[in-house]
Amino acid sequence: MPAPTSPPSTQLHLAVALDGTGFHPASWRHASARPQELFRASYWGGLARTAELGLLDLLTIEDGFGLQSSRNDGPDGRTDQVRGRLDAVQIASLMGPVTSHIGLVATAITTHTEPFHLASAFSTLDYICRGRAGWRPQVSVRPSDAAHVGRRTLPAIDLADRRSPEVRALVQELFDEAADVVEVVRRLWDSWEDDAIIRDQATGRFIDRDKLHYVDFEGDFFTVKGPSIVPRPPQGQPLVAALAHNRVPFEFAAKSADVVFVTPADVGDVARWVGNIRRAEATVERAGTPLKVLADLVVFLGDTTAHAEAAKAQLDELDGAPYTSDAALFVGTPDDLADQLVTWQAQGLDGFRLRPAVVDRDLDAIVDGLVPALQRGGAFRTAYAPGLLRERFGLGRPPSRYALAAATSTAAATSTASTKSTATTTEDLA
Amino acid sequence: MSPKQKKQVILAAYFPGVNNTTVWHDPRSKSQIEFDSFIHLAQTAERGKLDFFFLAEGLRLREQGGKIHDLDTVGRPDTLTVLTALASVTTHLGLAGTLNATFHEPYEMARQLATLDHLSGGRAAWNVVTSSDAFTGENFRRGGFLDHADRYERAGEFVRTARELWDSWAEDEIVADKETGQFLRDGAPGAFSHTGAQFDIHGHFNVPRSPQGHPVILQAGDSEGGRELAAATADAIFSRHSILGPAQAFYQDTKGRLARYGRRRDDMKILPGVSFVLGDSPDDAAEKAHVVRRQQVSPQTAILLLEQLWNRDLSAYDPEGPLPETEPDVSATSIIQGRTRMYDDALAVAARWRQVSEAKNLSLRDTVIEMTRGHTFVGTAGQVAEAMDDFVQQDGSDGFVLAPHLTPTGLDDFVDDVVPLLQERGVLRTEYETTTLRGHLGLPDAAQARRQRQHAASA
Repeated sequence: MPAPTSPPSTQLHLAVALDGTGFHPASWRHASARPQELFRASYWGGLARTAELGLLDLLTIEDGFGLQSSRNDGPDGRTDQVRGRLDAVQIASLMGPVTSHIGLVATAITTHTEPFHLASAFSTLDYICRGRAGWRPQVSVRPSDAAHVGRRTLPAIDLADRRSPEVRALVQELFDEAADVVEVVRRLWDSWEDDAIIRDQATGRFIDRDKLHYVDFEGDFFTVKGPSIVPRPPQGQPLVAALAHNRVPFEFAAKSADVVFVTPADVGDVARWVGNIRRAEATVERAGTPLKVLADLVVFLGDTTAHAEAAKAQLDELDGAPYTSDAALFVGTPDDLADQLVTWQAQGLDGFRLRPAVVDRDLDAIVDGLVPALQRGGAFRTAYAPGLLRERFGLGRPPSRYALAAATSTAAATSTASTKSTATTTEDLA
Repeated sequence: MSPKQKKQVILAAYFPGVNNTTVWHDPRSKSQIEFDSFIHLAQTAERGKLDFFFLAEGLRLREQGGKIHDLDTVGRPDTLTVLTALASVTTHLGLAGTLNATFHEPYEMARQLATLDHLSGGRAAWNVVTSSDAFTGENFRRGGFLDHADRYERAGEFVRTARELWDSWAEDEIVADKETGQFLRDGAPGAFSHTGAQFDIHGHFNVPRSPQGHPVILQAGDSEGGRELAAATADAIFSRHSILGPAQAFYQDTKGRLARYGRRRDDMKILPGVSFVLGDSPDDAAEKAHVVRRQQVSPQTAILLLEQLWNRDLSAYDPEGPLPETEPDVSATSIIQGRTRMYDDALAVAARWRQVSEAKNLSLRDTVIEMTRGHTFVGTAGQVAEAMDDFVQQDGSDGFVLAPHLTPTGLDDFVDDVVPLLQERGVLRTEYETTTLRGHLGLPDAAQARRQRQHAASA
């Protein structure tokens, strides 16, 4: 007699990536697309509310320091694709008050920004959305982006040649810097202990200054003193998620992130990617919870596979080239996608980040088709549980590292405490 | 015969900051950091049809005597992140923030301000400040190398550069014609190139032109250089002159500078920061004002404020006793870090304090209470409405930045009681008539302002 089928022990995590009208370059020409609304609050607020109707874990918002381009060395001069974008952290903060559960994960560049401002911005976002903020740190390799800031020059090298020593050195340097940026930001998030605000009437003190800490970061790229200007955010440590394709970013993610987005080509490729992540964790001696691994997929959804394929072909024709991506493509029905996700997950994934090819069409299909299909199979939540975004990923709210250090040193000092206090008394008397 | 058109009173709501004027130990005081507090003040301001909400910026916690200052409110949010979120919970209110031109970069900040302007539908404003202190610089990559004398040069060039970036996309750049497949009018929009003493940057700005074109620019400079910079670049001055005589002189002086930049007197608004205490009767208001002042200057705060003038450790002194016999230490470096040095001539100021203290027989604390009093409108709602209206009609200012002393409910009474009276007097709108902050303030649109500046430059 066959054993009764039980729902998978772990439900999968599901995220959606937002970028303009969708990830297909011709998506803005789709009947459902609203390219004239791309720079309005109602557009982004509406997408966030739709994603929340689907009970998704989180949404991500892409960003960049320059115009979108098919080239790595600057604008490509094309007039037939969406160009121009708004600051992702601000889009996320706009979404905060109009949503209540979904995680809001904004991309922010580490190469040209001030770590202190990033720490303040994400702490503030976490206050605005009451513990749902996340940050996707991203490096910028383009010399044209560097010229926008004028602080540094990046070499104009052929970035397509991944094996050249110049490219490898640049990539290593930018990710080393990114790791320092995340380290500073994490220290700043911890720099106020949770109970630093005391509002003590008797002594007239608003804070206990002993519970605020200098972070005193000194690295190869910058120094930052601290403490943060913003009290410790609701999550303590807002979620950090990184997209990674090869060794250097794998190790960056293993060192710095809580969640990693990866891009296996097919189901047979999943185990290799997960293995690479685990190796990177061992290399950097990651302590604590292993990275949550989410696979990215670009999705073209339709009522039938034939519809979805025809719609994709039409978009490709409008763009003049078949769509290619770093992530695998899925073209088909929401039901088939649900089956594929469950199959892939069994290879060691924690979940998926779906990149809608056409956001107005595909996000609706995710919410109305994919999510119910996953729920029917017991693979996805049927309601949001209360709690922080971190907790949704099984990550507790960590204590401040400085509070821990203080507790440890207090414990160590206990044995000498009595002698010390005697000495103080003697001094007072003298 | 029609009566002379009365000036409208421009009103802004300042989110209570990190000075001792913000009273945190009142039982009505709520969180300075939870987002609900920001929503409350912003929505109250919008209910009162005020012009804009105003949030200051913190970049390093203040220290006094080498220790983090703990007597006042400590901890505040990132300016633009909060303002953008407030765009979601308000519809007309302008959203102004202080951003330091020393510790931000023009490309990123122009982008963020343009983003706020898009997402708020044209309600963004920027209060430009600069600082040169290495103390704050310790939190930043760029450090604190700016020479004090270069502050206005950097601020001026920063604003000019930001405006070049905001002007880099034409209004009709985005075509987005699904049929023809043309999204952009031109291949590489946003082209800019700026070379100057402070910035050498070029490339392509990646935010399309925002609803206001240029977010509203506020400045607080009071020195000769600051006034001239404001006349050249600012849409409004956040001024410290709230006593009628000096305020009128400041008003005439700054407005008089506009013509040489091709600007009209109405193109720049003067808005002093003021507080208010309302009561049921004049006596009730005076009594409440007294209580507020005692709350603002606790015994510990009195010592601390006195230390800022004396520039010495005065922790051994009794707040209820007399002023110290010693003189201020003018030779040493300032004991307070993270805020502007308060007193230019400490010896003279201390002499005046001593004189008042002796004449009125005031304790140390009461002397501080007396001498650090900012301008406060105290009275019944009717008295305050009349006083504010008169101040503006007599060209003391074009309106006020209201600084409530309680977070976040400090504006409630003003909106409930004073706003209707200002509306009755015909000096405050009863409904918003425009959707942008430029519109509310009656400022020329960005393209018009640019033509005026170009005309002046070529004249």
